[in-house]
Amino acid sequence: MTDTAERKSAPETLSRVVVRFAGDSGDGMQLVGDRFTSASAMFGNDLSTFPDYPAEIRAPAGTVNGVSSFQVQISDHDITTPGDAPSVLIAMNPAALKADLGRLEQGGLLIVNRDAFGERDLAKVGYVTNPLDDDTLANYRVVEVPMTSLTVQAATELGVKPRDAERSKNFFALGMISWLFSRPREFTLDWIAARFADELVRASNAAAFNAGYHFGETTELFDHPFQVESAHMPAGEYTNITGNVALAWGLVAAGQLANLPVFLGSYPITPASDILHELSKAKHFGVRTVQAEDEIAAAGMALGAAFAGHLGVTTTSGPGLALKSETISLGVSLELPMIIVDVQRGGPSTGLPTKTEAADLNIAMFGRHGEAPLPIVAAYSPSHCFHAAIEAARIALKYRTPVILLSDGYIANGSEPWLLPDVDSLPDISVPFQTEMNHVAPDGTDEYWPYLRDPETLARPWAIPGTPGLMHRIGGLEKEDGSGDINYTPANHDKMTHLRANKIAGIARDIPAAQVVGDADAAVCILGWGSTWAAIFAAVQRIRSRGEKVAWVHLTNLNPLPANLGELLRGFDTVLVPELNLGQLCRIVRSEYLIDAQSVSKVQGLPFTSAELEHAVSGAAKGVQQ
Amino acid sequence: MTDTVVSVTTKKDWSTDQEVRWCPGCGDYGILLAVQTLMPELGLKPENTVFVSGIGCSSRFPYYMETYGIHGIHGRAPAIATGVAVARPDLDVWVVTGDGDALSIGGNHLIHALRRNVNLTILLFNNRIYGLTKGQYSPTSELGKVTKSTPMGSIDHPFSPLALALGAEAGFVARTHDLDRKHMMETLRAAHAHRGTSFVEILQNCNVFNEGAYDELTGRKARGEMMIDLRHGESIVFGENGHAGVVMGADGHLRIVEVADVGLEAILKHDAHRADPSLAFALARLSADDLAASSQRWTPTPFGVFRDVDRPEYGAMLGAQLARASAKMGRGDLAGLLRSAGTWQIT
Repeated sequence: MTDTAERKSAPETLSRVVVRFAGDSGDGMQLVGDRFTSASAMFGNDLSTFPDYPAEIRAPAGTVNGVSSFQVQISDHDITTPGDAPSVLIAMNPAALKADLGRLEQGGLLIVNRDAFGERDLAKVGYVTNPLDDDTLANYRVVEVPMTSLTVQAATELGVKPRDAERSKNFFALGMISWLFSRPREFTLDWIAARFADELVRASNAAAFNAGYHFGETTELFDHPFQVESAHMPAGEYTNITGNVALAWGLVAAGQLANLPVFLGSYPITPASDILHELSKAKHFGVRTVQAEDEIAAAGMALGAAFAGHLGVTTTSGPGLALKSETISLGVSLELPMIIVDVQRGGPSTGLPTKTEAADLNIAMFGRHGEAPLPIVAAYSPSHCFHAAIEAARIALKYRTPVILLSDGYIANGSEPWLLPDVDSLPDISVPFQTEMNHVAPDGTDEYWPYLRDPETLARPWAIPGTPGLMHRIGGLEKEDGSGDINYTPANHDKMTHLRANKIAGIARDIPAAQVVGDADAAVCILGWGSTWAAIFAAVQRIRSRGEKVAWVHLTNLNPLPANLGELLRGFDTVLVPELNLGQLCRIVRSEYLIDAQSVSKVQGLPFTSAELEHAVSGAAKGVQQ
Repeated sequence: MTDTVVSVTTKKDWSTDQEVRWCPGCGDYGILLAVQTLMPELGLKPENTVFVSGIGCSSRFPYYMETYGIHGIHGRAPAIATGVAVARPDLDVWVVTGDGDALSIGGNHLIHALRRNVNLTILLFNNRIYGLTKGQYSPTSELGKVTKSTPMGSIDHPFSPLALALGAEAGFVARTHDLDRKHMMETLRAAHAHRGTSFVEILQNCNVFNEGAYDELTGRKARGEMMIDLRHGESIVFGENGHAGVVMGADGHLRIVEVADVGLEAILKHDAHRADPSLAFALARLSADDLAASSQRWTPTPFGVFRDVDRPEYGAMLGAQLARASAKMGRGDLAGLLRSAGTWQIT
């Protein structure tokens, strides 16, 4: 222990804390947020993160539009959200202060980089007077730190040029926060040593980090550090995972479990590109990735690979899903397994490319020409993306159908600790290829009928090129039931349309029944899907901890819906459907079951807070009482 | 050393029981016959062969080949075929497309397939018209062409499929036509032998919507003086007794001259293996302006293999990366992957 530390009082223990790092897009806020998260994960906290950044890579410096933030909640107990309101805000400049001050809880700790509050900096964001000098910040505990100059001072001693040294100020902030929350220093220093190849950059970042840490320790600005004890999480081995990485690993796993090579056709698009990046690193698993010329080609390649016997995958976000629509319809007609991943973002059009929304359920459900139903699976948390990818592959392979897997920007970029599954416990999802003739022609010769269905699943056989004797041609033209020959007759088209619909509807027998979480005898049931899981989980916990009743059903299979869902929902006075759209699932449920489900909607490019959902449930509960 | 056992197939083994539904007299019949005749010669196995097409008259082709096949969607055949070929380098993958399918709605996929150089053989049936939609002008129709969608004549400038392919740096580019089975088979044989994306334009007559489009070029009477037969390593001469030839002027333009006027040594020698595609491009452009013009002033036009150069093939390079990754990191281990970003234990 150092003597300076002895002068300080012992750390105060908190059960949870929400920290938000905010700065310019180029300030490295995502990086330090991520490092603080990793250190906390290693320490054993439960946590949840929310990166919140602009669409522009480098928006004009110092403007509100260019603010990039990273919010993380760490706790000593099970949590699912990054927290409604931060209790600590680090603002690297006036723009960050202006953008994020409204989020900070009253009385919260605000740490600002005083060096960045010059007249020009203030004018850029429309501050007439310096908020550090007037009463703007009266309701917060404000700590002003000259982060830039202290960083420059620390780094230039090592021979780093002042301009370069300035860029390490994010590590100064990280050092301060690491001290403030009693994070072990070595973990971050080791990471800096391993991450930065350039010696001066490495030294500069380490010096800034240490300077920030010591600054926290030695100055009188903070009374004492805080501590968040490790959470009582189930025993086992954990890693910290984002949804995109989990989804990519889930696809790798699906290939292994199906005993098929994975083929990804993809075109870069925010916020899905990380899946392409991650799978491009999995070549030792036999994963082939092709960065296609466009979204349409990406889908076409995946479909071609599926025809050839691979697990064909294409990954995208909403605008790309729209472009792939025709190819997916071909997949429905060809009845080949294929996975289409849509990491949803704010729309329509380019919309809010870096912000979250879950408004692609309609296009996933209905966005094809003709009668073209397909299964939809929705991931609900970063780690669930792993299992959702395996489930999507299982359905695609077993039923020979394209499957849309929905994720969203919130869980794609957000992270959480993940108790690693035992890989030996993962399901076998392999399906046999057809290798033999399956039909006898009237003249007695054996032949292969590519559309002769399994009577139970209605799936057609999958014979891949290279199989002698089973050569066949399939296409988008209507096929004759059984033989697969072109057939335009009215009765055949009617039959095939119904067969395709019945095949997808029948998957309801092969997915888990909907389960009620909470109080089955409650008046109000929340029906959720996708990433709203986190906020609903927290809201349900809080409502029930007050002794009030609430029920919750969360869907991962959106088409077909679980067979028991209608009956289940009819047992409640009120069904509330919170969605990051204008009520897309709500409309489906209303039309499907003729129940008066109520939509709770949010389309701000942000996830629900648990307080918003608590409020919605109380409002509905009052309505029921009246 | 043992002899390689080549499966012996006949043309019949490559024909399906499907009724061929092209219009009687369509140029596509001749192409189908050439391909079905060529397959046994190449010693290929039907089960290892895949035909992929888009939409249009030509794209019905896979239904008539007793191989694996996909009749895809409009313009996307090169993308679908890329998926097949990259996934399965052991397969022989052919793309059949038309001038509308490949050059209009599917233009992007075509140029990127050529650039990427996946092992595909692309056959573009160019009839300079939309047949399946009953007679609108196509991206290769000449200016001034009167069709249902251009009653006052087309004002849409056409392009040359070969010039486009060469611009996309295709490694193998050739032209043949539907009336000469021998030339077709010879050209397709060379296309198939090329490793990477091969591109063959096949001039094809649509006798319903664009009858006689190439009569003055490939018709039996015109052929001798109008078709320039490109032969690698040989002087580019044509016409009766090779009286005419192609020279490059001091201004860099290619011109057609009488050999007697300039001497045989002044005539260009055709080099299909030249790394630089600009001479092949100039040959592709030799009559392109005339073909594009509303006057349809036919001038001698080159046929045969314009370019045949080896470039690294995409699938092979990807396969090598996969092998290298496995050699370096060992075969993928799922449990290891899940731990690759660092883990911690909670007890």
